[in-house]
Amino acid sequence: MRKIISAAVAAMALSWGAAATAEETIKVGVLHSLSGTMAISETTLKDAMLMLIEQQNAKGGLLGKKLEAVVVDPASDWPLFAEKARELISVNEVSAVFGCWTSVSRKSVLPVFEELNSILFYPVQYEGEESQRNVFYTGAAPNQQAIPAVEYLMDQGVERWVLAGTDYVYPRTTNKILEQFLKDKGVAEEDIMINYTPFGHSDWQTIVSDIKAFGSAGKKTAVVSTINGDANVPFYKELANQGIAATDIPVVAFSVGEEELAGLDTAPLVGHLAAWNYFMSADTPENAEFIDAWHAFIGSEDRVTNDPMEAHYIGFNMWVKAVEAAGTTDPDAVIDALVGVSVPNLTGGYSAMMPNHHITKPVLIGEIQADGQIETVSETPGLVAGDAWSDFLPDSKPLISDWRAPLSCGNFNTATGKCGGAGE
Amino acid sequence: MRALLCSFFMILALASASTAETLDRLREISAGFVTKDYGQVQATAEALAATGDARVATALSALRGGDLRFRKSDKQVFRVEKVGRDYALFDPFTGEAMGQAGSRETSKIKVNNAIRNAIDGLLGGLTLRADDPAIRLDAAEALFKSRDPGALAALGSAIEAETDGSVRDAMREARASILLASAQNEPQALIEAVETIRARGGQDALGLLAQIGADYPEPVQEAAAQARRGIEQSLMLWGYGQSLWQGISLGSVLLLAAIGLAITFGVMGVINMAHGELVMLGAYTTFAVQEVIRTSAPHLFDVSLLIAAPLAFLVAGAVGVAIERGIVRYLYGRALETLLATWGVSLILQQAVRTIFGPNNREVGNPSWMSGAFELGEMTITYNRLWILVFALTVFVLLLLILKRTPLGLQMRAVTQNRAMAADMGVRTAWVDAMTFGLGAGIAGLAGVALSQIDNVSPNLGQSYIVDSFMVVVFGGAGNLFGALAGAFTLGIANKFLEPLAGAMLAKIAVLVFIILFIQKRPRGLFAIRGRAVEN
Amino acid sequence: MLSRLLDPRTAIFMAIMAALTIGVPVLNGAGLLPDYLVPLLGKWLCYAILAVALDLVWGYAGILSLGHGAFFALGGYAMGMHLMREIGPRGVYGDPILPDFMVFLNWKELPWFWLGFDSFPFALLMAMLVPGLLAFVFGWLAFRSRVTGVYLSIITQAMTYALYLSFFRNEMGFGGNNGLTDFKDVLGFDLQSGSTRAGLFVLSAVLLMLTVLVCRAVVTSKAGKVLVAVRDAESRTRFLGYRVEGYKLFVFVLSAVIAGLAGALYTPQVGIINPSEFAPAESIMVVIWVAIGGRGTLIGAALGAVLVAAMESWLTGVAPELWLFALGAMFVLVTLFLPKGVLGLFGAGNLPAFAKRSEVPA
Repeated sequence: MRKIISAAVAAMALSWGAAATAEETIKVGVLHSLSGTMAISETTLKDAMLMLIEQQNAKGGLLGKKLEAVVVDPASDWPLFAEKARELISVNEVSAVFGCWTSVSRKSVLPVFEELNSILFYPVQYEGEESQRNVFYTGAAPNQQAIPAVEYLMDQGVERWVLAGTDYVYPRTTNKILEQFLKDKGVAEEDIMINYTPFGHSDWQTIVSDIKAFGSAGKKTAVVSTINGDANVPFYKELANQGIAATDIPVVAFSVGEEELAGLDTAPLVGHLAAWNYFMSADTPENAEFIDAWHAFIGSEDRVTNDPMEAHYIGFNMWVKAVEAAGTTDPDAVIDALVGVSVPNLTGGYSAMMPNHHITKPVLIGEIQADGQIETVSETPGLVAGDAWSDFLPDSKPLISDWRAPLSCGNFNTATGKCGGAGE
Repeated sequence: MRALLCSFFMILALASASTAETLDRLREISAGFVTKDYGQVQATAEALAATGDARVATALSALRGGDLRFRKSDKQVFRVEKVGRDYALFDPFTGEAMGQAGSRETSKIKVNNAIRNAIDGLLGGLTLRADDPAIRLDAAEALFKSRDPGALAALGSAIEAETDGSVRDAMREARASILLASAQNEPQALIEAVETIRARGGQDALGLLAQIGADYPEPVQEAAAQARRGIEQSLMLWGYGQSLWQGISLGSVLLLAAIGLAITFGVMGVINMAHGELVMLGAYTTFAVQEVIRTSAPHLFDVSLLIAAPLAFLVAGAVGVAIERGIVRYLYGRALETLLATWGVSLILQQAVRTIFGPNNREVGNPSWMSGAFELGEMTITYNRLWILVFALTVFVLLLLILKRTPLGLQMRAVTQNRAMAADMGVRTAWVDAMTFGLGAGIAGLAGVALSQIDNVSPNLGQSYIVDSFMVVVFGGAGNLFGALAGAFTLGIANKFLEPLAGAMLAKIAVLVFIILFIQKRPRGLFAIRGRAVEN
Repeated sequence: MLSRLLDPRTAIFMAIMAALTIGVPVLNGAGLLPDYLVPLLGKWLCYAILAVALDLVWGYAGILSLGHGAFFALGGYAMGMHLMREIGPRGVYGDPILPDFMVFLNWKELPWFWLGFDSFPFALLMAMLVPGLLAFVFGWLAFRSRVTGVYLSIITQAMTYALYLSFFRNEMGFGGNNGLTDFKDVLGFDLQSGSTRAGLFVLSAVLLMLTVLVCRAVVTSKAGKVLVAVRDAESRTRFLGYRVEGYKLFVFVLSAVIAGLAGALYTPQVGIINPSEFAPAESIMVVIWVAIGGRGTLIGAALGAVLVAAMESWLTGVAPELWLFALGAMFVLVTLFLPKGVLGLFGAGNLPAFAKRSEVPA
């Protein structure tokens, strides 16, 4: 409460044009929706950030100062994301921001971070096709999630594919990439069905029957689901009730984690798959410690952990390490120091920040269990580096990103040898 | 390594298949489960099944359900049941109790879909002669899918011995399915198998027949092609039935969501923007009831909805009465301003639920009688949607009876038609208003109970239905319950027939455009009220 | 003429706006007003313009539109499309013509409806024409069929909801859920520079003043009296021989055009336009602004918009967990205790009598 009041006073003082007296803390912005449609996913990330900051303070803070979280509520309203980002950077003078979930919220704040030269850690799996100097992408790029999952299913003998997604940019791009990938692997056009639904779609009867019909062509069929958070519960409920078992038509999802499953009776869903870079079931000491800390912090043994939380864990530790290395929170110094930083992840390995501002991660394929957990059934042998520009889209193929000097470019075109896509 | 192990177990299995297995033998084989290699787990399961010992079935179904664990210290395999945070240990074959162990002392024998599939087939072979006909039916269905040629002999004798007609049919279909898996079988047997499959019909049959390729004898191919055409034709017809059913089901959901609104909005002229949140309260009441039952009386889970429904009605109704008494009653005659105030209420209710229950989805389970589906011809009808339809119609009829047959209903209609006159006749209009609003709100709560069975239970639940409910009420004609009924089912069915043609997105857009155009033709909806009150 | 337009309240409002128009850029230039406030103020003013546009149809003609956000968003999209074309080869893929989202969705050429938007005047024209045309077609159908009251409100909601879903579809070619972002400059001015922001703010302020003047001109004219008559007793007005549809259609289209212009100014200031602007809840918010400020007063609507938007901006920063309670309570309390809106606090005694009447057929 004191925090809220002091933040209120600071905000008020500043909004009247007065300068705030800087306290001896390092401020960290938390930009996650606490109300509106995305609150369902993002609130947990806010809590995770508060926990990480508390832990860091218990360890003595950073550069001899305490860390202070500044929490705002962008309310699932995209222009408000940009406004709040601006407020965090110029009013609260935060050193870095951890936030956003949807692509559109990230797109909305990008110009603000660029203009005011600050740092954003973005923790959610996304469609790629972006690399910005001020943003660090700790979630999975398509090559760290979608492609390994499809490869696994191919090994399991799947020959026919339903690509079902919510109609927005992440599923569109992912499905474009997967379609190209499948065709390259020799899957025929008629063995791929693509289906898009609106956000929050709740009546899945037709689509589930269609999937059933598509799956009865005598070839092993799987569904690759990029259905967005909210719509998943009714989708899986319909799937379960229409009796589509994982042994008949497995569904592999890229947006369904422990948190989404917590709203479902998973007994009929056993064996359906999810692909992430972290599962709560990971059997490592780091993970056990993280889960215990989380349960203690949130005050409930029932709360689960999920992949975007791990992404924040990695991102936050990377930032701490980079600030310590740079000896300052100055954005330019920290941005340079971040590349190459390597910290432990929760699955028993290390994740490193690549020059394209994406990180290396293991890719895990898991099967849903009756207790709502996801158990790893396959894991990539090594770490996979996030690829900002997909090799399966013609226009993005020649692009690479490397923010180290002297290249310092997010979209360097290897065909023309110039920075800035294909032009100029 | 894996191949080696497999062959090792194969030999083991073959060598001992003829003799009756001793328990030690089974235990010896089951030591193969102590591994992280899925291939070896599957091979071990197959080796166990190959012994033909009936005791293997329990162990395999435990394995499939993830209830088989091994003790880390001595690598012994157990079937477990969860007791608090620990596990009770049982012998996997005899079921004899073997004490307890902490969850970290044992390790789960992991299975994946491939193993589950294999076990289904193996269990099918083992349980063909079970006592319970339902299990025999499952066994036949499992073999139909697994198509394991090794089970043919067992199937043959099981068919001979079978007494139940429908199980025998299923077994014959399973045999046909297995026969059709190989082009090497007798052409005549194959053609007969095609006939059996054709008679079964349905999408599974279509899938089977689609696999009959160029390597099969020509007459078999022809028979298969003909059978497929026949099945496809009947599937197409059934497809219309399926769309109709789905439309009716969607309509029943819309009806439930809209019917409470039809009262407050239609009868009272109050635009209640918090209607969706009242639905949400109903859903959360269901969650709370199930939570209590889960912790204190698990055996009551199947009746949880029957307990939740009246509670949800009361909770949402009470909140409704509170809204009416606290806010809406000061705004009569300023109907549009109720929109503003109730919007405020909806924000508060949403955030309150978020604060109390957290922003995440909460789990509301389907009771067993609302889980699964049954086949009506080639249509799949899920029980939860069937019950929701029944529930919606029941609520509708009850509401109609309240309005038409009770003193409260009479007074409500009187106040609706002429408030001043009703007041003069001694009707306590303020009380009637509160009750009407409470009734509408209570029904929203009931809708929440039903929606919790098919949708998210989250603070956003209400928001996703409010626009649709308005459309239903306006399309049907405000103030008319039959309007809401006709509106809901028309829009539901239209939506479901458009969806296969245009996709979910365009279907929804088309329905909206249709509503806009329809209102031009009938500016007061489908069932317009005529008379003075309309012009007001 | 001028005295008719500028009743005392309007005059005060104009004076304040004029002071802001000059004051904000000057203070900002002098470093006394932080940079981040300028686009924020500009955004609020765009909302204010939208609210005034709605008040014109709701407060004076009794047309409660629950779809005014659609006109605003269409204007915003028209401008957004121009700004996308302005990016030219500076997009991430460097395609000189196609916006980035078309490139990665493998589109080969610009859809026909994107043609012409490289020209600023054309985009500006479209920002008015498209909402105007939609309002004309929609209004012509609805008013002629005598769709009134809540029926009209709900079909305007259906309209904006249908547009919301349409713009959401990636096949439509408007960037789907992400909408249009990553704008660089407008008419050669860098959108990230302080002076461009100040310029956009001044434009918004001027447009708001103009909007209020135009609306005042309409409502104080003879036609304005007819409109009020339509609002209070539509049938009676019709029986008196007035062609009610014509009057309603006129203000509806005018209001939509103004809303479109507000949207066109909004897009460059917030840096993004996407389908959520079409969401029914957004349009309901506009109604709430008007009701909070004081319906049928024009400047009250502007006041309400700024007030609510400012509350939201402030509370989401200082009380992220509680702000919805505060906002919700404010709506309830204002409705209960300030039936004439916030403006009613300032002793406006000449509000029309409608507040006591019901417009919704029971």
